[in-house]
Amino acid sequence: MTKSEKIIKKRYAAETRFRIYGKIAVGIGILTVCFLLYTVFSAGYSAFKSTSVAVDLDLDPNLMRLETSVTSDNIAKADMLNLLRRNLIKIYPEIRKRRERKDLFLMFSSVAPQEIRHWVQKNLESIGTKQRFWLTASSSLDQIYKGNAPRDIEEKSRLLSDLQLNLLDQWNSEGKIRSNFNWYFFRNGDSRSAEIAGIGGAVMGSLLSLLVCFFLSFPIGIATAVYLEEFAPKNRWTEWIEVNINNLAAVPSIIFGLLGLAILLNFFGMPRGTPLVGGTVLSLMTLPTIIIACRSSLKAVPPSIREGAFAMGATPVQVVLHHVLPLAMPGTFTGTIIGLSQALGETAPLLMIGMFAFVVDIPTSPVEPSSSIPVQIYLWAESAERGFVEKTAAAIMAILVFLILMNSLAVYLRNRFERRW
Amino acid sequence: MENNHSEITEKKSLGQQDTKIHSKNISVHYASKQALFNVNLEIRKNEVTALIGPSGCGKSTFLRCINRMNDLIENCSVEGSLTLDGNEINNPDLDVVHLRRMVGMVFQKPNPFPKSIFDNVAYGPRIHGLASNRQELHQIVEQSLTKAGLFDEVKDRLEDSGTGLSGGQQQRLCIARAIAVNPEVILMDEPASALDPIATARIEELIEELRQNYTIIIVTHSMQQAARVSQRTGFFHMGELVEVDDTETIFVNPSDPRTQDYITGRFG
Repeated sequence: MTKSEKIIKKRYAAETRFRIYGKIAVGIGILTVCFLLYTVFSAGYSAFKSTSVAVDLDLDPNLMRLETSVTSDNIAKADMLNLLRRNLIKIYPEIRKRRERKDLFLMFSSVAPQEIRHWVQKNLESIGTKQRFWLTASSSLDQIYKGNAPRDIEEKSRLLSDLQLNLLDQWNSEGKIRSNFNWYFFRNGDSRSAEIAGIGGAVMGSLLSLLVCFFLSFPIGIATAVYLEEFAPKNRWTEWIEVNINNLAAVPSIIFGLLGLAILLNFFGMPRGTPLVGGTVLSLMTLPTIIIACRSSLKAVPPSIREGAFAMGATPVQVVLHHVLPLAMPGTFTGTIIGLSQALGETAPLLMIGMFAFVVDIPTSPVEPSSSIPVQIYLWAESAERGFVEKTAAAIMAILVFLILMNSLAVYLRNRFERRW
Repeated sequence: MENNHSEITEKKSLGQQDTKIHSKNISVHYASKQALFNVNLEIRKNEVTALIGPSGCGKSTFLRCINRMNDLIENCSVEGSLTLDGNEINNPDLDVVHLRRMVGMVFQKPNPFPKSIFDNVAYGPRIHGLASNRQELHQIVEQSLTKAGLFDEVKDRLEDSGTGLSGGQQQRLCIARAIAVNPEVILMDEPASALDPIATARIEELIEELRQNYTIIIVTHSMQQAARVSQRTGFFHMGELVEVDDTETIFVNPSDPRTQDYITGRFG
């Protein structure tokens, strides 16, 4: 082989090696993502199932402990817990000891009386009859039934006592246990009882925070970008501002949390732990992203459009508002969505301004205290109860879905408005 | 009404018409580099004046002085006097928005706005408030498109995007847009250089028709085009206005040897 032939062979070999490295890198990336998704999914999918137990209840109005007869007005005060317990005692007369009775009652979720009340309220005529109810099971039963908690260990370490385990097996063979879709996960706020804990409160909190963030950062960001790009004189001050904006985009988010704590909460006295304050802090973080995205979109508008507009006798503001800004909107929107999806996943600054409290009610306005999805994930991950493990993973799935949706929207917008001039 | 007699650099011509634009000692600097050296030129009303010369000689720079488009360029300074009907254009207090309505411009590369054809032509009348109701606006748009020779081709699709037209149609759209605000002068910076010969011929026909109502100044690279469409021609070279005269004289019997060299193709 001549020298040049040898060199060519080496070059082709290097080329092939390089391609293989590339494929390996991509492969590792894909494998890691698959592994992540598999771990989260396998831990979380059981959270979408809720376990229910069938009980035949005798709707004896005397057991509801009301002074008068039951109507739709006083049903809220009816003692459904007592009704449930008395019925259970009647069904299992062999369970006498106090401790064992307690075990029996603990097979059911704390929300069971509410579920009974809810149904009876809609079917008042059924009072006095016997009805079959499917009541939500307690977290311990739920986890053992789903197989998340081990049952082949000694009673001390198990979630269910021997008696409870026997009852479970008995009910299962009688077909009195079933899984249904867990609506509580979406409708409820946080709860001490894992079986009825939901992300509804966190989702609303995140949504309200993002809305506040959007309405603050979007107009201010665009106005700033337009001014800096189209109208500001090019001197040292404006260069200094530019440098600072670019730096702001890289500041760690917890610093903004401290800023919110010191200025918004302590100095201005805004309500602690509300989406209003959370959204304001998030908007401080999203602002640089929007400004930078808007500026580069404005720069990308060809000068021929500006010249054409000026030559028509448009004033500088008209040129920007009628011609340049509309063409810069698609790029700006993409940047905004990316900034908002970053804000969605922020935890540290929200913790600093108090959006971590245990909030049970679902917030309806930005001035009610709430938490957010990442904070909720954090709180559940910290919990010792077994039932919260699947909830944490499910909440992670929820936030991943949100993020994928938002980023897909950004990609779609970018492709759709690619070349319009 | 000004009736200026010629300056040193201008030859006397037969028959004198009204002067529309008068430039006296116009000099333009881009930062420290000087682009135009004391240009003295008269543009006559309802005539087509062509500015010819090799690349980079300053013709477009001079053109852009007339509607103050050089204001948009940083570090560009203009000295001297430039008058439109006797009014000083370089006056810093001048209402530039009104000036640009009176002096329209068509660019080398057609640049219709990314809006509908109707909105393109209607933009000028809208911002200058030339139509008091929708009907009048429609009329103005229709008239402008007809004058630009485009109406028949687009009358069924006025809502289509202006950027979807062919190159020649886009340029005619830009001309329609410029005349929709009823200017007195139209500046054309190499309007046909990006077009094919057929479209070019249509634009040249259009210029001849427009001449009756507007004063036109056209910068062109093509000497044949200058010879076809203009009545007067000015030859620029390295920032100087070398010679300006009736078109026929420039091309048949120029005075300056540099002009002679250029039109015979010695340099370009």
